[in-house]
Amino acid sequence: MKWGFQHHFSCLCFQITELCGAKRVGYFGPTQFYVALKLIAAAQSGLPVRIESIKCELPLPRFMMSKNDGEVRFGNLAELHGTKAQIPYLTTEKNSFKRTDDGDKQQETQSPTVSPLASPPSSPPHYQRVPLSHGYSKLRSSTEEMHPAPYEARQPLVQPEGTSSGGPGAKPPRLQASLIRSFSVEREPQDSNSSYPDEPWRITEEQREYYVNQFRSLQPDPSSFISGSVAKNFFTKSKLSIPELSYIWELSDADCDGALTLPEFCAAFHLIVARKNGYPLPEGLPPTLQPEYLQAAFPKSKWECALFDSYPESMPANQQPRDLHWSEKTSVKDMADFPVPTQDVTLDDKQASKNTTDEPSPKDMLEDPATPKDSNSLKARPRSRSYSSTSIEEAMKRGEDPPTPPPRPQKTHSRASSLDLNKVFQPSAPAAKSGSLPQPPALPPRPCPSQVSEHSVNSEPSTQPKPPAQPYGDFRLQEQSEQTSEAEVHPQSSRGPSQAAESSPAKKDIPYSQPPSKPIRRKFRPENQAPENQELPPTVGGPASAATMKPHPTVQKQSSKQKKAIQTAIRKNKEANAVLARLNSELQQQLKEVHQERIALENQLEQLRPVTVL
Amino acid sequence: MAVCIAVIAKENYPLYIRSVPTENELKFHYMVHTSLDVVDEKISALGKALVDQRELYLGLLYPTEDHKVYGYVTNSKVKFVMVVDASNTALRDNEIRSMFRKLHNSYTDVMCNPFYNPGDRIHSRAFDNMVTSMMIQVC
Repeated sequence: MKWGFQHHFSCLCFQITELCGAKRVGYFGPTQFYVALKLIAAAQSGLPVRIESIKCELPLPRFMMSKNDGEVRFGNLAELHGTKAQIPYLTTEKNSFKRTDDGDKQQETQSPTVSPLASPPSSPPHYQRVPLSHGYSKLRSSTEEMHPAPYEARQPLVQPEGTSSGGPGAKPPRLQASLIRSFSVEREPQDSNSSYPDEPWRITEEQREYYVNQFRSLQPDPSSFISGSVAKNFFTKSKLSIPELSYIWELSDADCDGALTLPEFCAAFHLIVARKNGYPLPEGLPPTLQPEYLQAAFPKSKWECALFDSYPESMPANQQPRDLHWSEKTSVKDMADFPVPTQDVTLDDKQASKNTTDEPSPKDMLEDPATPKDSNSLKARPRSRSYSSTSIEEAMKRGEDPPTPPPRPQKTHSRASSLDLNKVFQPSAPAAKSGSLPQPPALPPRPCPSQVSEHSVNSEPSTQPKPPAQPYGDFRLQEQSEQTSEAEVHPQSSRGPSQAAESSPAKKDIPYSQPPSKPIRRKFRPENQAPENQELPPTVGGPASAATMKPHPTVQKQSSKQKKAIQTAIRKNKEANAVLARLNSELQQQLKEVHQERIALENQLEQLRPVTVL
Repeated sequence: MAVCIAVIAKENYPLYIRSVPTENELKFHYMVHTSLDVVDEKISALGKALVDQRELYLGLLYPTEDHKVYGYVTNSKVKFVMVVDASNTALRDNEIRSMFRKLHNSYTDVMCNPFYNPGDRIHSRAFDNMVTSMMIQVC
């Protein structure tokens, strides 16, 4: 039988044939065939053709089809598993089929076109299990399952190249793409049958990183558990219904201990993500989500590396996905470009196909429009953005945002506090005579803006004791007038009318001055009547000491609204402080009065005692 | 093997009850209900001090013409009641015990689920599957 035979490959072919033992055995059995193909791959990738080269990961050997492969493909699939009868079918179909199974071709020549279809039935049973490195039996067993969608990547390659490559002998012949794909299938042990239907349940590297980070946010130690309640709170944020969450927990907590280890947590998270993306929950935990699988696929070292490379726990969850995405961008690209080197992870084409079909739920969750190219490379179908709006990290973000602080309760009116401040300052005015207290600040006119500015000034702890005595005095007099206007004992009306001019703006403050009137009044009583002057300074000193803490009002211009806002807040604080200080002063005054009364009573008692004793 | 399996809470309301669908299920519900009295009787007979010594497996609660009712109580006073076909003479006590043990384990797994509030009806699919496996052999 003749075959296409390119001279510059002939040596190589013979070499390969020799190496794989076909020459020795005399024919190309399955093992020899696999070895030969592997050597071809090695040769094509430039590696020396040696037995050792089989052991390394090689890209698939490329073969060119010379003729219509439609029937040949399936025919080959049916046959390739074994008997020599099948192999010549490949060769005979094409003149330029540059296979190395020359020996085989030599042997099987008769009616190759017919034989292959007849031969398959016998062969398949033989080759159920083949060495893993060639994994060809899987090809056979999964021949029927080879049509699933993930193998769409296969489709473009399965193109009959009518323009036969037989002419150009530059490249070795190309097998059917399906065959190659089948090789690729076989490269992954154990996964071929079960993994394809589980595409949505396979966790990508990026998802894994995200889950690991989330785990770390909940539980710093990657090797320990997340307790049930912590996990419950966390997963409840995903807004899934409780029965669904309960079911997801049931699926993911394999050992039913009420706590989640890292792989269990990733599985649960992945299920939640899938569910949010609309995937129905599986009946059982998919094999790709089982803890053993997750542990194997991502060995502990990788976990640790991922965790150590991950972000500090203090980083809020909503930032983590974005940063994660950014950092993972290149790795994702790498994933798309090269086969992931973990043991049972798919090859590049499968990876690409998987990525196209796998829901990029992390992409959605990452809400990363800035890297569309990665999303596009990973997304086959558009993801509903509504999901991203309800993603977990958003929920967590909500949970993490601190509530806006409640508005500060206004205990007193601003005016009142300003008035209080001034009233507090007033005792210091007479005390100024004692010289122990700093001069109270000059008081601006009564209207509110001035008070505001006054408070803003007050907010600053400036000690600028340079009030003009006269304004202060006016104010003091005004205070006096206000106090006397209230239903109190002291006849200060004389002062009142005299300060009618100044009192007009002070009228507004009258209602607010009522509460402090009593102590102030009492403070002023000694001023006016000076019966208890000796006690006044100490009483004044008490409240005045608080007053000294108050800043002096100096006129300040407020240019920005922010300053006003801040100062308003500060003013309110000061108001509260002033109120408390006033209360303090009132109570001290009352205490003093009580002391005085007590002293008076004791005096009386002493005076009367000699009488009683007698 | 069982025809009906029920999980009764401490307050004597059902957390889970499931029967072989072909039969008149109300009858089984009634049987379970009446068996609760027997269970309470057995529990209280030993007295409070002997709770530790009380065995979880209560054994045959009472037989009827067609069925036998077995009981099992956990330490938290959750009761498992199982109705089996009286004609199924192949069932031994050991088998009943093992079935109750499986029930208890599954129930514990349900409790471990943080999303399960004690006192709710049990909707766990794993629990359902386990119960189905115990009941399906009737047919």
